[in-house]
Amino acid sequence: MNLTAHLVRHKDAIVDRWFDMVAETYPADTAGFLKNKKDPFANPVRKNTLAGMKTVVAELFGGMDHEIIRKDLDPAIRIRAVQQFSPSEAVGFVFFLKTIVRDLLHKKYPQLLTDPETLPAVLDLESKIDEIGLIAVDIYVGCREKIFDLKAKVERNTVYKAFHRAGLVVEDPEDGPHIRPV
Amino acid sequence: MSDLPKPEEMLKTDRRPSATGWMDTPVEIKKGIACYAGNPKSLEYVGLPNPRTWSCFDEDWQLPENWQEIIHEGLKERLERFRSFKIFMDICVRCGACADKCHFFIGTGDPKNMPVIRAELIRSVYRNDFTKAGKILGSLGGGRKMTMDVLKEWWSYFFQCTECRRCSVFCPYGIDTAEITIMGRELLNLIGLNIDWIATPVANCYRTGNHLGIQPHAFKDMIDFFVDDIEEVTGLKLEPQFNKKGADILFITPSGDVFADPGTYTTMGYLMLFHFLKEKYGLDVTWSTYASEGGNFGFFTSHEMMKRLNSKMYAEAKRLGVKWILGGECGHMWRVIHQYMDTMNGPADFLEEPVNPITGTKFENARSTKMVHIAEFTADLIKHGKLDLDPSRNDHLRVTFHDSCNPARGMGLLDEPRYVINKVCNNFYEMPANTIREQTFCCGSGAGLNAGENMELRMAGGMPRANAVKYVHEKYGVNMLACICAIDRAALPAMTEYWIPEVDVTGVHEMVGNALILPGEQKRETDLRLEPLPGVEAETEDEAKEEEADE
Amino acid sequence: MNKHYLYALLAVIVLFFVAYVGAEVFGLRIIFGVLIPYLAVIVFIAGFIYKVMGWARSAVPFRIPTTCGQQKSLPWIQPNKIDCPNSTGAVVIRMILEVCCFRSLFRNTKMSLEEGDKLTYRWEIWLWVFALAFHYSFLVVILRHFRLFTEPVPFFIQLLEKVDGFFRIEVLYDTIQTGLPGVFLSGLVLLAAVTFLLLRRILLPQMRYISLAADYFPLFLIFGIAFTGILMRYFTKIDVTAAKSLAMGLVTFHPTAPKGIGGIFYAHLFFVSILLAYFPFSKLMHFAGVFLSPTRNLTTNTREKRHENPWNYPVPVHTYDEYEDEFREKMVEAGLPVDKPFEKPPETLSDEKADSSA
Repeated sequence: MNLTAHLVRHKDAIVDRWFDMVAETYPADTAGFLKNKKDPFANPVRKNTLAGMKTVVAELFGGMDHEIIRKDLDPAIRIRAVQQFSPSEAVGFVFFLKTIVRDLLHKKYPQLLTDPETLPAVLDLESKIDEIGLIAVDIYVGCREKIFDLKAKVERNTVYKAFHRAGLVVEDPEDGPHIRPV
Repeated sequence: MSDLPKPEEMLKTDRRPSATGWMDTPVEIKKGIACYAGNPKSLEYVGLPNPRTWSCFDEDWQLPENWQEIIHEGLKERLERFRSFKIFMDICVRCGACADKCHFFIGTGDPKNMPVIRAELIRSVYRNDFTKAGKILGSLGGGRKMTMDVLKEWWSYFFQCTECRRCSVFCPYGIDTAEITIMGRELLNLIGLNIDWIATPVANCYRTGNHLGIQPHAFKDMIDFFVDDIEEVTGLKLEPQFNKKGADILFITPSGDVFADPGTYTTMGYLMLFHFLKEKYGLDVTWSTYASEGGNFGFFTSHEMMKRLNSKMYAEAKRLGVKWILGGECGHMWRVIHQYMDTMNGPADFLEEPVNPITGTKFENARSTKMVHIAEFTADLIKHGKLDLDPSRNDHLRVTFHDSCNPARGMGLLDEPRYVINKVCNNFYEMPANTIREQTFCCGSGAGLNAGENMELRMAGGMPRANAVKYVHEKYGVNMLACICAIDRAALPAMTEYWIPEVDVTGVHEMVGNALILPGEQKRETDLRLEPLPGVEAETEDEAKEEEADE
Repeated sequence: MNKHYLYALLAVIVLFFVAYVGAEVFGLRIIFGVLIPYLAVIVFIAGFIYKVMGWARSAVPFRIPTTCGQQKSLPWIQPNKIDCPNSTGAVVIRMILEVCCFRSLFRNTKMSLEEGDKLTYRWEIWLWVFALAFHYSFLVVILRHFRLFTEPVPFFIQLLEKVDGFFRIEVLYDTIQTGLPGVFLSGLVLLAAVTFLLLRRILLPQMRYISLAADYFPLFLIFGIAFTGILMRYFTKIDVTAAKSLAMGLVTFHPTAPKGIGGIFYAHLFFVSILLAYFPFSKLMHFAGVFLSPTRNLTTNTREKRHENPWNYPVPVHTYDEYEDEFREKMVEAGLPVDKPFEKPPETLSDEKADSSA
């Protein structure tokens, strides 16, 4: 039996542990709320984060489809990007998977960690987690760009409108200038 | 392998609280959360205390020397003036029912955003200053001295509350954090602590009649642009009236809807409705440039400032000699009108008890204040079959409705807008029950927090609302979020752009404008946003094809 | 460990020993059986009145009810009469539901998404259940104690005892009952509920975060009261006649402190005295405050009936005339009507004015 076949049997436990660890990046008082409040509308952080984590873990042990990972990791990171996390804190939770997998192997399959036959598979899995981490960085930067974009829009609207009101903005004439294709 | 540091250790997630409780953990004022300080010129114009250039990120906030005394005296005065405040200071049992009801707590995960803690920020000082137990027992009795750290905490967290009142729905004693925040901001204003997104609109509104500082001629210009756009859509040239003496009704709506998309389309909807009523029934509605602001950022400053700005509504109605006042779609504007205006600036005995002259309906619920909400007005017209509507013109929209906090929890205006929506469009879907009506989630940008510099806070606060919108988007294909609040229309587009870009934002009367068949109008090919109506496009293409075939 | 609940617990333990040792070892029965109870009652009544009068002295400048349902507007729209009460009668119903059924706490609904996106609702019910259980069992226990203060015992107290005792657990009755009086459900429920409320505060991090010593103290105290009460009733078996003569002595103002009721009784009585004296200065005043809460006890017909603000004062406003004076020229240019005709001031004149003012 190969490494992933072993691990995939603990998929749900891995997801649960992962979510708990993510919840614990919040203040303890909030972590309790995040973990225990099951209502998807009263606790959107849990709902959106957990749903994405399930597919990401499935992909880790499966096809590693970047598009699926990007889509399902997005909600969790989109949330963390507007909370007061540093960039490393916002995306670093992906690497918790390493701890979880290592602990699991230590506890359940210590022989796999020493067996030269399976060791490459372990390293390969770690690389895949790095891959997911990099996708997380992309998503995070996208979210932050969007935030700055929105901020800039507010600023621009204010300035533009002030100028416009003062009659300082010339509207494009409706009928020109026409740039003709050469 | 076990020697390697674990990833979570490398992250040094020191967000876990220290062993100290919230009282002993000083606030850290952060970018993305905090708003810029009020412009001294704005403060000066309306005579607010301590105008100066300062920043919340500075160490020194340049406060008057005796600021503690000013706060103490202010607290004392407000405890005498407001039973609500005094009771809310005394009776909270910290049962925790409110804790997870706040959109800012859910969104930011900051435990100090639990409503109970927000109130405790003042309560702790109240206990120290006004109760024996608090003075003797100190922090053990839940009391603490007013220090600079406490003041910064106040400033930070009273500008992280949108006064939405959701927590007060769940509180067994009705403790209303909005009331606490209102008092907190009033106290902060006594020593010159304000944010510019509130202070400058207040000064503008005082001077020009609206928050944006639009001068009268520019206000009219802007409406004229809409008239042009409406002509393009309908082929009809509307003639809105301004400052007209002897009109039947004075119409007041937030100026935000005159200057920012998508609120502008809602304004176009109003213009078309009034045109229709004038043509068909001879109803005479006037706009005012003096009272060109429905919203009232004074409400986010102090009770006094609220009264000063609100006074224009009755003053203008009296000057113009109208029968009664009609108010447009807005949130906190309606909280002020419904629960404060008559008391502050009434009685409006120079106006008539509002009657809809077209249907004969007496608006008995507005008998004393003499101001009617446009959703009540339009619902009444539709119910009596007085409007010619073609809801299929909104068929490209799959609509859900966001109850704005103030009409929902400060008024109870829930079914009127729903009735109107259901009559002007064919696809309406409700969001889950614990996110609408009296349990509605705030847009996250109300009470003066719709600035740009605090975008992270706004997005986090809007997340619970966005989450519910996302649900109906995924389940029913909802692509339009309707609302009856100008701040919503200014704030929600950013929220949807970040969380759920497939959904756009509209006012209810934009959809009314789209569905309303004006007498003598041309066949409409676009909606008010000048976007082609889906069915029409296909038809014209078909016609073109037929023509081609004929040839 | 959290200093808040530690200090609260410590305080209650100290109070226990003060009373127990004081009465048992030093024989200060008059102090603990007569003086302190009288003092406590006086403090309770005076403090209660002082506090309520203090609230009543503060004005209600605006009518600010939280509307939790559809308003009364157009005749064909069904209003929510209770959650958005339009009349005094409806407010009374709202208040009764609030005070007797904790209606707002009951609103805590919880929803979950089952497999296949099916929405289900469940009540997040436990806080509401235990809060109700706590308050009602406490009420029954207090009422039952009136048997000690009345002679003859009124009919309704006897009835209440019967109903309360009716729930006694038969298994208990058969096995341990011998010599035990009937088991009253209320006392056990009170102990269970107060334990739940305590554990909730201590164990949930979110609750621990918001709790003060003032939140733990009354819970520990009430736990102590229920615990000593149950101890006396079922286990140490005090002399009920002696207890009654003490109680009757207190209410008829012929106080006695008979022997043979033991330290536990005095600890029980001392706890109750402390609770009474503490009551008006604490959050326990929510009992009275809820009736005065302006977001609940006011009608929502705020546009229909004008509300007077006793301290409404005139404020500086920007009048239309001032507005028109500033913008008249632009208004005239834009074709907006004005009250006073616009006359272009001779430019030299305005210059002179500016000069003279400068």
